[in-house]
Amino acid sequence: MKNNIWTIMKKELARFFGDKRLVFTTILLPGLMIYIIYSLMGDGMANLYGPKADYVGKGYAINCTEPEKALLAGVPLEIEDIDIAQKDEVIEEIKSKDKDFLIIFPDGFIRAVEEYDITTGEEAPGVELYYNSTNTDSSAVVQGIMDSLNNYEDSIANKFDINKGKEAYDCASKEDMAGMTLAMILPFLLLTFLYSGCIAVTPESIAGEKERGTIATLLVTPLKRSHLALGKIFSLCIITFLAAVSSFLGTVLSMPKLMGAGTDGVSMDIYKPLDFVLVFVIIVTTVLVMVGVLSIISAFSKSVKEAGTASGPLVVVIMLVGMSSMFDSVSAKLPWHYMIPLYNSANCFKQIFSFDYSMTNVLICIVSNIVVSGILTLVLTKLFDSEKVMFAK
Amino acid sequence: MEELLNVNGLSKTFILSSKQQQKEKTKDKKKVAVDKLSFKAYKGEVFGLLGPNGAGKTTTLRMLATLIKPDSGDAILDGHSVVKEPEKVRGAIGFLTTELKLEEFFTPNYLYDFFSELHGVKPEVRDARKKKIFERFGIDRFSEVKVANLSTGMKQKTSIAVSLAHDPDIIIFDEPTNGLDVLTAKTVTDFLLELKEEGKTIIISTHIFNLIEKICDRVGIIINGRMVVCDSLEAVKNGKTLEDAFFDIYKETVGEDEV
Repeated sequence: MKNNIWTIMKKELARFFGDKRLVFTTILLPGLMIYIIYSLMGDGMANLYGPKADYVGKGYAINCTEPEKALLAGVPLEIEDIDIAQKDEVIEEIKSKDKDFLIIFPDGFIRAVEEYDITTGEEAPGVELYYNSTNTDSSAVVQGIMDSLNNYEDSIANKFDINKGKEAYDCASKEDMAGMTLAMILPFLLLTFLYSGCIAVTPESIAGEKERGTIATLLVTPLKRSHLALGKIFSLCIITFLAAVSSFLGTVLSMPKLMGAGTDGVSMDIYKPLDFVLVFVIIVTTVLVMVGVLSIISAFSKSVKEAGTASGPLVVVIMLVGMSSMFDSVSAKLPWHYMIPLYNSANCFKQIFSFDYSMTNVLICIVSNIVVSGILTLVLTKLFDSEKVMFAK
Repeated sequence: MEELLNVNGLSKTFILSSKQQQKEKTKDKKKVAVDKLSFKAYKGEVFGLLGPNGAGKTTTLRMLATLIKPDSGDAILDGHSVVKEPEKVRGAIGFLTTELKLEEFFTPNYLYDFFSELHGVKPEVRDARKKKIFERFGIDRFSEVKVANLSTGMKQKTSIAVSLAHDPDIIIFDEPTNGLDVLTAKTVTDFLLELKEEGKTIIISTHIFNLIEKICDRVGIIINGRMVVCDSLEAVKNGKTLEDAFFDIYKETVGEDEV
């Protein structure tokens, strides 16, 4: 009977991998969807914050003489001069997104600015700029106009500069910056992906078998309850791990596109092989804990639906724990913090991704996860042996 | 005669949920399902448990199969105690009940191999047994069809084959012909007779008097969790049909008004 753990594992894996639809929806689809959605989000955000490369802003101006036009020379614009009487009519065109802007300079703007004395307390010459914030192109063009005018204002009132030279004043390396970004996002995503993989297969494997009466068929064989528990947990871990790897790859491959607008060069090649090994081991032990918890919830449930409902609060816990990596104030600081399941994994992921981990804490996390999953397996074994739990009506 | 089964004072009480209390139409929070039940079965005999619904037949068989634990008493199957050595008992018996289902995703062929492996049957022995029993039941015609696509009769034949994959000496079948068409029921009945001829000890529970009369050597009648009669088939019948004998015993036990 020594091989019965492997016999159960083979059956569970045959059940899963024999169902092509299940393999596609549990393993391939999450990674694919994450890649597509994150890439589209990245492209969308890039388009949101910048106009098309060759876009020329079209709008109107009042009192815009050659000196004023020279101020806006850096922005590709087609400006049509109009009279103040046409203002309302032009604003309607901006509302309907037919034109991008209307800029109104006071008469003799350049001269008025040059003569303005801040010490008099009088109101400074004002420029009015009408635009439509729901029109991406209009917003981007207006931002360009504002930047040009602000530059002009800076140039006439400049008293001092900060970091004007071309030195690298920020001492953080590119890797540190990218690592910090990844360390904030990836722990949350990883825990969420791992949980998604677990919830997709665990209730079906345990509560589903109870619901269909197939687990009783196993329980009348000489199979040890501990072998049944271990066979189920190991096979579910393999499936969950594959689902998590798919989601992780989808995230990593789409990360440069997703983060491309804000951070230059966010990619996983900044990490060493040891970092990946540690992440791998923590993922595996975290999956053991998650599968263990969900297996126990499923063993108590009479149906897959009931198991899904009962697992609801666990989603909230996992999301909160995952989000803890985004805030330094709730980060793990003491060694015993790394004994708390899930919280320890989130913190270790964060520290590994930000190149700031202690091997002792990582080891405490791994050992703690293994011990906790061992206890959960014992509990599951007891539940498989309990007629009240297995045959509850 | 070699004693293969000795049931001694087996008792089981269930705690009823409020839902179950409503279903059972009782205010009692406990239900005595089996009450100090004792009987024996010998090598090569077929022992039939007869009784109305809720009498405790299935609970008794589930305790013998170690699916549930007795509150008191014990049963020794092939020298192993259901209380102290449940794994050894499970290895010694073949158990079949409508409560046990086969995973619908798999084929009879896969399931037979899987359960053989769980019982530690060597592949060469397994293949020879599988060929024989699959041919006997005609399972070889649908051995690669998923259980989900099989008829009730085909599923029952597959369940019987799978439950006997390890060639057990004691076979415990709960309502083996329930819900089957007449042809499949006859195949199952004939097969049980063949197993009897092979020297297997068979314990069955059923409502079907005809099945008991056809295959059983001895009969135990359970009413309200108690064994009220346990004797040879002829002694129980006492010159009447089994059906008439059963109703006479039932009236005597619960009273005329309850019938």
